[in-house]
Amino acid sequence: MSAGLAVAGVSVTLGGHPVLDGVDLRVGSEESVALLGPSGVGKSTLLRVVAGLVTPDAGSVMWDGVDLAGVPAHRRNIGLVFQDAVLFPHRDVAGNVGYGLEAAGVGAAERRAEVARLLGLVDLAGFEDRAVDTLSGGQAQRVALARALAPRPRLLLLDEPFGALDRDLRERLGAEVRDMLRAQGIPAVHVTHDDQEAALVADRVVTLVPGPDGARAAEGAGAGGAVA
Amino acid sequence: MQPPSAWWFGLLPVAFVGVFFAWPLLTVLHRGLSPEGLDVLGSAATWRVVRFTTVQALLSTALTVALGLPAAYAVHRLDFRGRRLVLSMLTVPFVLPTVVVGAAFRALLPESWTGTLAAIVVAHVFFNIAVVVRVVGGFWTHLDHRWEDAARTLGAGPLTVWRTVTWPLLRPAVLAASALVFLFTFTSFGVVLVLGGPTTTTIEVEIYRRTVQLFDLPGAATLCVLQILAVLLVLVVAGRLQRRLSVRQRLARASVALRPVRAAADRTVLAVTLVEAVLVALPVLALVAQSFRVGDHWGLDWWRALGVEGPTTRDVAAWDSIRVSLSYAAAAVLIAVVVGGAAACAIAYTRRGGDLLDTGLMLPLGTSAVTVGFGLLITFAVPPVDLRGSWIIVPIGQALVAIPLVVRTVLPVLRSLDPRLREVAATLGSSPARTWRSIDLPVLSRALGVGAGFAAAVSLGEFGATSFLARTDAPTLPIQIGRLLSRPGEVNSGQAAALSVVLVVVTALAVLATERLRHPSAGAL
Repeated sequence: MSAGLAVAGVSVTLGGHPVLDGVDLRVGSEESVALLGPSGVGKSTLLRVVAGLVTPDAGSVMWDGVDLAGVPAHRRNIGLVFQDAVLFPHRDVAGNVGYGLEAAGVGAAERRAEVARLLGLVDLAGFEDRAVDTLSGGQAQRVALARALAPRPRLLLLDEPFGALDRDLRERLGAEVRDMLRAQGIPAVHVTHDDQEAALVADRVVTLVPGPDGARAAEGAGAGGAVA
Repeated sequence: MQPPSAWWFGLLPVAFVGVFFAWPLLTVLHRGLSPEGLDVLGSAATWRVVRFTTVQALLSTALTVALGLPAAYAVHRLDFRGRRLVLSMLTVPFVLPTVVVGAAFRALLPESWTGTLAAIVVAHVFFNIAVVVRVVGGFWTHLDHRWEDAARTLGAGPLTVWRTVTWPLLRPAVLAASALVFLFTFTSFGVVLVLGGPTTTTIEVEIYRRTVQLFDLPGAATLCVLQILAVLLVLVVAGRLQRRLSVRQRLARASVALRPVRAAADRTVLAVTLVEAVLVALPVLALVAQSFRVGDHWGLDWWRALGVEGPTTRDVAAWDSIRVSLSYAAAAVLIAVVVGGAAACAIAYTRRGGDLLDTGLMLPLGTSAVTVGFGLLITFAVPPVDLRGSWIIVPIGQALVAIPLVVRTVLPVLRSLDPRLREVAATLGSSPARTWRSIDLPVLSRALGVGAGFAAAVSLGEFGATSFLARTDAPTLPIQIGRLLSRPGEVNSGQAAALSVVLVVVTALAVLATERLRHPSAGAL
């Protein structure tokens, strides 16, 4: 079977409303895919299905040919960066970045070194002791990114991580993230509703197109009139 | 623009609370700190009472929180059929009059349980589980579930998520609920008077015993002071802890979507919650059953006996206490609505003075009803103002307990009134008084209707203050129930059960009547 992620025929109904209707999505083991589509079309839901946070009504999610049905979110080793960071408010920056290492049982000294390395990677060296509510929007997103990278995920899902930032900053961060993921060989699904951003961060574009029974996926940008 | 008479609104509540709360409280302090009162602190029996009060409150709180947390989670985070019914079943006990709770557990538990620590703790858990479900659950509903999602995608299993994310964020709410439950059980009177015994007595019951049986007023006053100090201590400690543990966090504005019951852990929590809901219904069912159980068959004997003037209920027929209760409630509601309404206006229309008045009016809520009643008794039973034997003192005591609720109901509504409406009225040539009548009053009267319902419920079920103030020939329903329960035999317990059912029905009608008036923006406690 093929390497990497293979989503096949995934359908989801939330609260009685059909959201996804037989969606397919493939991501190669070193590939970065942009997921385009108008807001509210179900992009976030698809990411949550892949992460194991939502159980689909039908269809399958496979990794390297192994079905992930029944594998809970915390055993999938698939990272997720949320739209608005969702940093733990009761932990400082180091506590957030080191969270996944703690869960994996990494010792304190090793954790400290790894947190420092990751913060350097996202350009926030020395931010360890900062309270998360003192960070700017851009800084919070970088911390969220470092946090997601810490457990060395086999796939990283990014849910419009820079959507709230202004265009310049968004594109700069987008390029940085792309280079960083490439350097580490981590495949990614990058959700956006911006064509240009999609072209910038990803090797390939997939568009979710709204339909009567939920969204369906199509290869390429603009297939369903994706908005900028 | 402010209505010009803002300060005038404040006069009445300040005078009322000053005369009927502050003065009695000062009298209690004065008597309690006198040498003859302080004698009581030298007695080993006193410290046994203090110790028992603390131990039972700690046990009750721990158990209430332990059982309340899973229920709070189930009814506020899980999607299952009958969720609303379970929520109501778990919250209904809290609105039951305390003496009815006592009567229900006397009906449910075997007689050998009366006077035991276990009986008191079980009744306290039954009564207070609603506090945990409401306070913690309300917070839980708005706790962004994505923090937990983030933790899961970072490799944290269910237990780790609970330990490292959910619990730290929930802790302040759990602490707040625990502090409330501790205060309620520490100052518990009705339940302990009915279910306790000679060795299982709280400070509140001891105050009552010293006043009514031993006529040791200075000793009772000292116990009141002790009680007030203990309550203050708990409030200070809880406040400190809360500040230290609280986490600045954005709460989800809308409530978080309920999730289907899938995980095994969720199924276990749901099962526990359903069992709790059934257990909570048992005492009430036992009470109703007891009112129809005559010896070994079913009958209406106890219900018929309610109308008979006989040796069983001193001079009055039990039915008479309905009339007494309703007329006292009418007076208490009138006082609470007028004083509380004026207070809400004063608080809403003035700035600094208003906040001060707000705090001052909440004080009776923090003081136990027993202290309120005892204070009124020792202050107004002596010249120059001897109200002993006057019926009005009872509704006054009940109104003191109800006024904070009326203020809390009315204030948010008044504050939500767009000030520009008054400005428009003024530019149309309306005088300030006319503006108030035409703009504020319609909104106010509706909110006052809701407040009146709360006041009626409080007055009808009030036991702590009323025990000290009611005349023996004019007992209210709770007092009559308490009397019946203090006497042995099936005749008395059967009538007490029947009268408890009557009290619950009357109270429920009062509350239901006001639910219909409920303004969407009327605040709840």
